[in-house]
Amino acid sequence: MLDATLRLETPEGVDLALAPAGPVVRGLAASIDGLITWGGSILALIALSSAGRTGTGVSLLLLFGVQWFYPVLFEVLGGGRTPGKRAMGLRVIDADATPIGWNASLVRNLLRVVDLLPAFYAAGLVSMLVGSRFQRLGDLVAGTLVVHAPSVGPPPRDGPASDDRLGARSCPVLVRAADQRAILAWAERRGQLSDERAVELSDLLAPLTGAVGEAGRDELVRIANGIRGST
Amino acid sequence: MKQRAFEAAHEARWSEFERLIEELDRRGRASPPRALQDRLAEFPGLYRRICHDLAVASERRYSPRLVDRLNRLALAGHRILYVHDLALASRVTRFLARDFARAVRRDRRPILVALALFVGPALVFFVAVGLAPELVYSLMTPDRVREFEAMYDPAATRIGSNRESAEDLMMFGFYVYNNVGIAFRAFAGGLVLGLGSVVVLVLNGVLLGGVAAHIGHLGFEQTFFSFVIGHGAFELTAIVISGAAGLELGWALVAPGPRSRLEALRRAGARAIELVWGVFAMLLAAALIEAFWSSKTNVDASLKFVVGALLWLGVLAWLGLAGRRGAGTSS
Repeated sequence: MLDATLRLETPEGVDLALAPAGPVVRGLAASIDGLITWGGSILALIALSSAGRTGTGVSLLLLFGVQWFYPVLFEVLGGGRTPGKRAMGLRVIDADATPIGWNASLVRNLLRVVDLLPAFYAAGLVSMLVGSRFQRLGDLVAGTLVVHAPSVGPPPRDGPASDDRLGARSCPVLVRAADQRAILAWAERRGQLSDERAVELSDLLAPLTGAVGEAGRDELVRIANGIRGST
Repeated sequence: MKQRAFEAAHEARWSEFERLIEELDRRGRASPPRALQDRLAEFPGLYRRICHDLAVASERRYSPRLVDRLNRLALAGHRILYVHDLALASRVTRFLARDFARAVRRDRRPILVALALFVGPALVFFVAVGLAPELVYSLMTPDRVREFEAMYDPAATRIGSNRESAEDLMMFGFYVYNNVGIAFRAFAGGLVLGLGSVVVLVLNGVLLGGVAAHIGHLGFEQTFFSFVIGHGAFELTAIVISGAAGLELGWALVAPGPRSRLEALRRAGARAIELVWGVFAMLLAAALIEAFWSSKTNVDASLKFVVGALLWLGVLAWLGLAGRRGAGTSS
């Protein structure tokens, strides 16, 4: 599993794995949000500049709203995602993986002004790198996390379809559970690996498969099929 | 049971859960259509089955891809099942009618400290500028001083009978942008060991005291105080409360008590943010009053004093009394 994985036990008694998002991807998300807010504000100000004092009043209200409440509204009403976070596949959640509420969202976004100190999110960056969960200061006080939020669709087909036709055999020796998982992971990721790399990896298990090269690779596929079971 | 058999047995349930989640995410949870509402009733049970499948799959060391998929399903289900109460309108009224005043009374100690940090410097500079009028020029530039003088000059304000309404709206925007921004920063600045909040409180106190004394020297006090008294009921109290919210954060860092600093900070943040929401509401009210009432020049000063006094009484009664009945049921 990934290094930056956070385990969380739910009331149902299962462990959920969360993947906190690091500074780079969050910086990109913040940049997108910055472009949207600044670009939108400038366009609105230009449009309102011809409306005299009423225009000035409305633009000040607009600036206020965008500056302080753009992230809060999107985070609470948009399922924890500002447009920038949505684009980067991120989501803000409470530290117990429930959706973020009004209070927590306002805390983390008001304290952004402290994270920005002394320039370019320096305080926030230090805070993210010191902790284990990539929380900036606002996140620490609000008790929130920014995590990678993949969609729930079924995963793509594992391994090449021809693997099923190779048949299955039981593992010649008793392997530990973790090794069993590694073999399964190899078989599932084979579609993304070059054939040379797949063979290189299966050669490491030559003592198990009793063969090297393509023969060893096919043998390992059969073992993986055996572990997974036939349908 | 081998993984393939496990997958074959439960695939239908997983993909049904997937479809349900995607549909809920697309349509929002607030008002799902009737067809969805029926399926919503099955959601908790379905979610528990998914959790069970996840636990079984990871315990039996099934492949990472399967465990990962079930983990994603369980996470999404968790997110949807444990949603916070978002019914906004009822929460806002309950907060303003009850919870905010309770929060203010609960946090009276930091609020009294903030009050001292605001009123103390104001009194000192009111007296100081009263004794040595030239001191006002060390508080602000001569231009700012002239601006203030022009603002409260009775002769100047009498000439134009009334500001046009467009200007009122402009000033409303300015007050919201400026004052609420200051209050939010006074809160956030508290994270720097409380220093940011102290600076905002002291600076605003000094300015208020200095300007009031200077205006007094010029004999403009009637225009000044009749202008300030109305919205001051909301604005001055709100600035003090926002400073107090920041001080709570700072205090949690300085003296966390029997908790870790992080835990103390989280608790202080949860308390302080209630004050901040109330401050936000108060400053919106203050901006409305300041832009559309305080600035009216065709209203008699004595009427403004009466209304202002009533507003002060109202604010103090609200903060002191609202939500007292039934208190203690929730702490």
